[in-house]
Amino acid sequence: MSNVVLKCKDLGIVFGGLAAVNDFDIEVHEKEIAGLIGPNGAGKTTVFNLLTKVYEPTSGEIFLNGESTAKKTTVQLSKAGIARTFQNIRLFNRLTVAENVMTAMNQSMRYSLFEAVLRLPRYWKEEKEARAKALELLSIFDMQGMADVSAGSLPYGAQRRLEIVRALATEPSLLLLDEPAAGMNPAETAELMENIGRIRDRFGIAILLIEHDMSLVMGICDQITGLNFGQVIARGTPEQIQSNPVVIEAYLGKHKEG
Amino acid sequence: MNRLKGMNRTTRKNYITYLVVIAAYVILEVLMRGGGLKAATKGMLVPICAYIVMALSLNLTVGIMGELSLGHAGFMSVGAFCGTATTMCLVNAIPSGGLRLCLGIIVGTIAAALVGFLIGIPVLRLRGDYLAIVTLAFGEIIKSIVGNVYMGVDGGRLKFSMFTNELNLSPNGRIIIEGAMGIRSIPRIATFTAGFILIMISLIVIFHMVGSRAGRAIMAIRDNYIAAESIGIPAFKYKITAFTISAAMAGAAGALFGNNYSSLIASKFNIDTSILVLVFVVLGGQGNMLGSIIAAAALTILPEALRGFADYRMLMYAIILIAVMLVSNNAKVKDILKNLAEKRAAKAMKGGAAHE
Ligand SMILES: Nc1ncnc2c1ncn2[C@@H]1O[C@H](COP(=O)(O)OP(=O)(O)OP(=O)(O)O)[C@@H](O)[C@H]1O
Ligand SMILES: [Mg+2]
Repeated sequence: MSNVVLKCKDLGIVFGGLAAVNDFDIEVHEKEIAGLIGPNGAGKTTVFNLLTKVYEPTSGEIFLNGESTAKKTTVQLSKAGIARTFQNIRLFNRLTVAENVMTAMNQSMRYSLFEAVLRLPRYWKEEKEARAKALELLSIFDMQGMADVSAGSLPYGAQRRLEIVRALATEPSLLLLDEPAAGMNPAETAELMENIGRIRDRFGIAILLIEHDMSLVMGICDQITGLNFGQVIARGTPEQIQSNPVVIEAYLGKHKEG
Repeated sequence: MNRLKGMNRTTRKNYITYLVVIAAYVILEVLMRGGGLKAATKGMLVPICAYIVMALSLNLTVGIMGELSLGHAGFMSVGAFCGTATTMCLVNAIPSGGLRLCLGIIVGTIAAALVGFLIGIPVLRLRGDYLAIVTLAFGEIIKSIVGNVYMGVDGGRLKFSMFTNELNLSPNGRIIIEGAMGIRSIPRIATFTAGFILIMISLIVIFHMVGSRAGRAIMAIRDNYIAAESIGIPAFKYKITAFTISAAMAGAAGALFGNNYSSLIASKFNIDTSILVLVFVVLGGQGNMLGSIIAAAALTILPEALRGFADYRMLMYAIILIAVMLVSNNAKVKDILKNLAEKRAAKAMKGGAAHE
C-alpha cells in the first residue's frame, strides 16, 4: 500500500454541548480520492475546519504524512501540505485571477520586501517564474485566458475552479475540496470530476472530497465515508456505500436537493 | 497579447501617477523661478506635499490593508517633533539646510516607524470598528504625550523632562521643545523639492510593494482573512509590516511639515487632522494613489482660495465624506461598476479563447 497522507483518530469537537463531529476516523493514501458524504449539517465542513485548525479539536489526533498536527496552526499546516477550498467561495475578489494563484505561492518565494521595493534581480526572476507557474496551473481548467480579470468578476463555476487552482499552487500533499461542484450544472460537474481525477494523477496527491449528492462522487472516489449527525455511519467502496441501508436511510430521512 | 494588456493596466496607472507628479513639480518650479507664483501660493507648496504624503500613507492602511486608522495624525506628530528637534539641534553642527532637513526627515521617519510598530502590536490583533476606535485613542495619547515633553541641549548633551520643565539648563543651554508651546523659532528649511522627492519615494515604495508578494499577501488578507491563512499567509506579520511602513511615511510627512513653519505645537495633530487626511483618501478613492494626491492637493488649496468659507472647513469635509460614502454605497452605482467589471471579464475571456 502507498503512503498514508492523512490519518485521523477519534477526532471530535463539541460546540456548546453539541458534538458536531464525534470519533471521526479516516485514512487517506497517496494518489487516492476519498469521498466524505452526508446530509445537511452532518459535520462534513466541520471535519475540514478541524483538519486545517480553523477549529481546535476537543478530542482525537490528526497525522499528516505520519506527523501529528496537534501543535500546528492553520498557516503552518499549509506549509506542512494541507490545502483546501471552501463551500462558500472565498477568493481574493479584488486581486486578479493570476494574483490569486500567485499569492498561494508566497511560501515558496524568497525575495524580501527590500528586494521588491528596489526591484532587484531576484524579484524579477521569482515574479516571472511565479506568473508562468500560475498560468500553467490555470491551464488545467483552461483558464489562462482569464488570468488578468479580477477574481470577483468571474462566473460562479470559474470561481470554484480558481479555488482549486489556488489550493494546488501551495503544492499540497493533501487537497481538501468542500462541495466543489455546488451550483454547477450536470455537464460542468462531470467535467470537474474528470479534472479532479486528472489532478490526482498528475500531482500524485491525496484528495478528500466533500459532496452531499452521492451520485456525483461514485465515479471518481476510491473510498467513501458516510457521516450523519457528526458520526461515521458507513465506510467502504462506492458500491458498498451506495447499497448500504444506513446511508440510504440517512439520505431519505433528511434529503437535500443539489 | 491579453497578458501584456492586463499586466500593463496597473503598471500604466502607476506611470501616469509618476508623470502627473513630475509634471506638476516641473510646472510649479518653472512658475516659481519665473516669479509667476504669489507668495501665498508658494507658502502652500510644502504643506500640500506633506498632506499628499499623509494621504498616500493612510491610503496604504485604508485602501491596501483595508483597516481604518483614525489616529494617523499621531504618527505625523511624532515625525514632526523628532524631525524638527533634530534639525534644530544640528543648526550649528551642520550648516547645510538641505542636509539637515534630510537627516531630520530620516529621524522623523524612523521614530514614527518605531511608534507605529509598537502601537501595531496590540492594535492589529483587532479588526474593523475596534481597530479604528483604538487607533483614535492612540492618536490622542500621542498628542497628550508630545504636548508634555520638554527637551533642551546643554553643552552638547540632550536633556529631557516630562510634564514640567525640569531641564535646569545652564545659561548657554538652549530649549528645543517646550511642552504645550512646542518648538519655536524654527529656521524653516523645508523645501518644495524635498516634498516632491518625498512624494516620489512614497509612491515608489507603495507601488513596488503592491506589485510584490508582500503586497499581494496584504491585499489577500484584506479580501479574505480565512482564505489567506489557509494558503499559509501569516496575517499579523504582513499587517504589521504594512502598518509600520504607513507610519514611517506619516513620520516623513510630519518632519517635512514641521520644518516648514516657524513654530510647531502638538495640538495641531489632533483628530481633525486625522479625519482631514481620511477625507483625502475616501474622496480620492481607496487604493487609488493618484486620487489621493489630487484630493489632498485640491482640498488644501480650496479652503485657502475660498477664504470666506474657512470657518466652515470641517463642516465641508464632513459633508464631502458623507456624500462620497452615500454615492459609493449606492446600489445603482454599485450595479454599474459591477456590470463594467463583468463586461471587462467577458471581453478578456473571449480574447483568451480566440487566442487558443
Ligand atoms: N462554529 C460553530 N459553532 C456552533 N455550531 C457549529 C459551528 N460550525 C458548525 N456548527 C454546527 O455543526 C454542525 C455541522 O455543520 P457542518 O457545517 O459541518 O455541516 P455540513 O455537513 O458541512 O453541512 P452542509 O451540507 O450544509 O454543508 C451543524 O449543526 C452546525 O450548525
Ligand atoms: Mg458543509
